[in-house]
Amino acid sequence: MNRAVLAALGSGALFGAGLAISTMTDRSVVLGFLDVFGDWDPTLAFVMGGAVAVTAIAFRLVLRRVGPVLGGEFHVPANDVIDRRLITGAAIFGIGWGLAGFCPGPALVGAAAGLVDAWFFLPAMVAGSFIAGRLAR
Amino acid sequence: MNDWPSGFLGGVLIGCSAVLLLWSIGRIAGISGIASGALEGARGDRAWRVAFLVGMMLAGALALQYVPAPPRAQTGPAALLIVAGFLVGFGTRIGNGCTSGHGVCGLGRFSRRSLAAVITFMAAAMATTFAMRHVAGFAG
Repeated sequence: MNRAVLAALGSGALFGAGLAISTMTDRSVVLGFLDVFGDWDPTLAFVMGGAVAVTAIAFRLVLRRVGPVLGGEFHVPANDVIDRRLITGAAIFGIGWGLAGFCPGPALVGAAAGLVDAWFFLPAMVAGSFIAGRLAR
Repeated sequence: MNDWPSGFLGGVLIGCSAVLLLWSIGRIAGISGIASGALEGARGDRAWRVAFLVGMMLAGALALQYVPAPPRAQTGPAALLIVAGFLVGFGTRIGNGCTSGHGVCGLGRFSRRSLAAVITFMAAAMATTFAMRHVAGFAG
């Protein structure tokens, strides 16, 4: 296994542990955050706040480098255009997220952990992405 | 419920994961993009994606054995989960990102485009949950 693949494995492991510790794999916690007019659960705001606090500071420092430490170049989106496609996609994603309380990361971890809900959700998610990819061509 | 210190700690770990990925191999830790690229992307660009997803799923599933409040094995209606999954897959592909790519990474880059996406999917999700719970009276 080369070093780039190992780095990705380690980064993925941190991400998965973070999702588990933050209770984001529990879709009732996510729905509790989205249900602003119910018994509101602010946990997701702390998760997003903790994550963005780190990236907002550290991304800036990392992107001062000429390139990533293991070689190659930074693959950072150059596109900063807000178009109809972006808003339509984000809205469709939001509706699905609000229905079930799963987004892609927690659904993958949940499926690996044996949550039956995620087993229904995940194949449909893969199919949705595949079909959207076909339509875009 | 409302275990905000665990939420914050987990969030910091997720942020560190995104920083490690950008610093080491120059990639954005967006789960929907990494996953679709792992299945459909160019062959030479798949190994790191698969490694990331395997690491995430194994470490996440392992950590869930030790957290104080693991998710309850609730089962929502299958049809609802399938429709929701389809919309999440479809929408993240069209909109180029999900909670991690646009949220954790995009906001960290101060991207206007990602901010617009985050506001849109948060608003759509909150409206949907509101309609489900307070209009349709669905408790799940």
